Amino acid sequence: MNPDTLNDLKKTAFKVREHIIRMSTDGGCFIGASLSCADLIVFLYKEFLNVNKDNLNDPNRDYLFLSKGHDVPALYGTFAEIGFIEKDRLKNHLKTNDFIYWHPNRNIPGIEFHSGSLGHSLGVAIGVAMDCKMKKQTNKIVVILGDGELDEGSIWEAALVAGAKKLDNLIAVVDRNHFQANIATEKLIPLNPIADKFEAFGWKVRSCNGHDFEDMGKAFSDFPIEAGKPSVVIAETRRGKGLPSIEARADRWFVNFTGEEVEMLMKELHGEEEAKLTSETIVAR
Amino acid sequence: MNFNFESPELKETRQGFADALVDAGKENDNIVVLGGDVSGSVKTNLFRDAYPDRFISVGVAEQDMMGTAAGLALAGKIPVASAYGEFATGRPFDQIRQSIAYSEMNVKICASHCGITVGPDGATHQSFEDVAIMRVLPNMNVITPCDYNQTYRAVRLAIDTVGPFYIRFYREKSPNFTDMNAPFEFGKADILAEGSDVTLVASGLIVWEALVASEKLKKEGISARVLNMHTIKPIDKEALVKCAKETGLIITCEDHQWQCGLFGAVAEVLALHQPTKMDYIAIDDTFGESGIIASQLMSKFNIDSEAIYRKVKKHLKK
Repeated sequence: MNPDTLNDLKKTAFKVREHIIRMSTDGGCFIGASLSCADLIVFLYKEFLNVNKDNLNDPNRDYLFLSKGHDVPALYGTFAEIGFIEKDRLKNHLKTNDFIYWHPNRNIPGIEFHSGSLGHSLGVAIGVAMDCKMKKQTNKIVVILGDGELDEGSIWEAALVAGAKKLDNLIAVVDRNHFQANIATEKLIPLNPIADKFEAFGWKVRSCNGHDFEDMGKAFSDFPIEAGKPSVVIAETRRGKGLPSIEARADRWFVNFTGEEVEMLMKELHGEEEAKLTSETIVAR
Repeated sequence: MNFNFESPELKETRQGFADALVDAGKENDNIVVLGGDVSGSVKTNLFRDAYPDRFISVGVAEQDMMGTAAGLALAGKIPVASAYGEFATGRPFDQIRQSIAYSEMNVKICASHCGITVGPDGATHQSFEDVAIMRVLPNMNVITPCDYNQTYRAVRLAIDTVGPFYIRFYREKSPNFTDMNAPFEFGKADILAEGSDVTLVASGLIVWEALVASEKLKKEGISARVLNMHTIKPIDKEALVKCAKETGLIITCEDHQWQCGLFGAVAEVLALHQPTKMDYIAIDDTFGESGIIASQLMSKFNIDSEAIYRKVKKHLKK
């Protein structure tokens, strides 16, 4: 990867993390999942998808569906950095008269579809992928799935259909951060081996480090992996990535930090002292 | 009388659905039809044979079918998703709620095999709750046509009208009595029989039963108006208020749970705008039962013309 590109991706992802941290107070957000897929989302929008603020309504654009809606702060932050929305608009997070909240809403420019209830977007993406095939378009349809979301039966209905219909314009990306709500995935309903499951449903699988842009660059090239098969990229990530004080912790799913804690987390992100968090763990919201 | 009461042909409403799809598909190549594994039963195989490139079977995967229909609509297609009543509504309810109704996707959900008349299938397949859970959804339009002709017209109308639709019809043959040339307007109820003592507000298969009951009552000097409420949402408030003012007593007639279906919809309007004495002919908060002779089931569950006759007589002792 070109060093300037790499540098730019790192800088953007850093800013996106700052935005996410700012959204973790005054009502809070699902910070763990947002930080785990921040690098992925920045990479996809800046390096992979043919979508920009000028072609958001072009039927030939690439589509990205965020199926696991909780990580939407990473999307808001990315959209602010690439100009889909004004940076100022992020201050409206959880305000009554805007659509910036805990789940993706298609009234935000760049958000392709409503999400919130899990396990829906893969089926929706299949519909768009089928339409693109019928029109002989070559655009890519990408769906980000949470690993915990793979518990939903509708994901596997859709996975079976996508394989059967040979939708090789469809790319699922699993944000494999190893946690769902308040527990490690493998301690609840074990998902491994994920790759074998998708293979068995007629998909081709790649893996990458979801925090290493060069590795993502390699994984997200030459699609489809095999003609006539949908692709899935399993991105190994860490919940809460970038903030050592909350990284890979089961109790940092949803957070609502104090203003002071946000300041500490900002310092931590900038490599200064580690944050001393005193907010209670929120296991239900 | 703008319908054939004397000798109507018996025809399947699902055939009306299938014929409408084939005809609409000829005129508009944006229409795509999604089926589960029941394309023979719901007769979408006719569309499949005519336009194989525009027919999509997803297997027995109703949740995916509704999501995929939403995606096709997002991309600009007019998807028609079809299955049996319960499996087109209850099974994929969350997909319909989030990805079709809330997302305002132009998807037409067409359910065959509704109501009690799928007797051999028994209670699991007898959908009496589908209208309730569809009409409660914001943005959803709900039509319950009464015969072959009206099912044909409802499907054509839904395809030509932007927005999510739910259309409910049946497996069994039933009298095809409405006139293809009679007015059929979305959201406008039709008076099929004039009357002044009571209004029978009927929908779907039970419209015919209401007409038969009305004829029988006429011979006894009771004048029962029959209002065909083919559009349940948006409901025709004006017609309901007018009927309530003119006849007083309103009896709704449907093959659906009495709660939250036609009775619920009518009661909501009249409670607000014209409080009126009401009663219902409907499934009475119970699940269905098996039986191969539909008329016997309709009789057992008190939703046939005789039950309507008795109900009216109970209220109007002349």
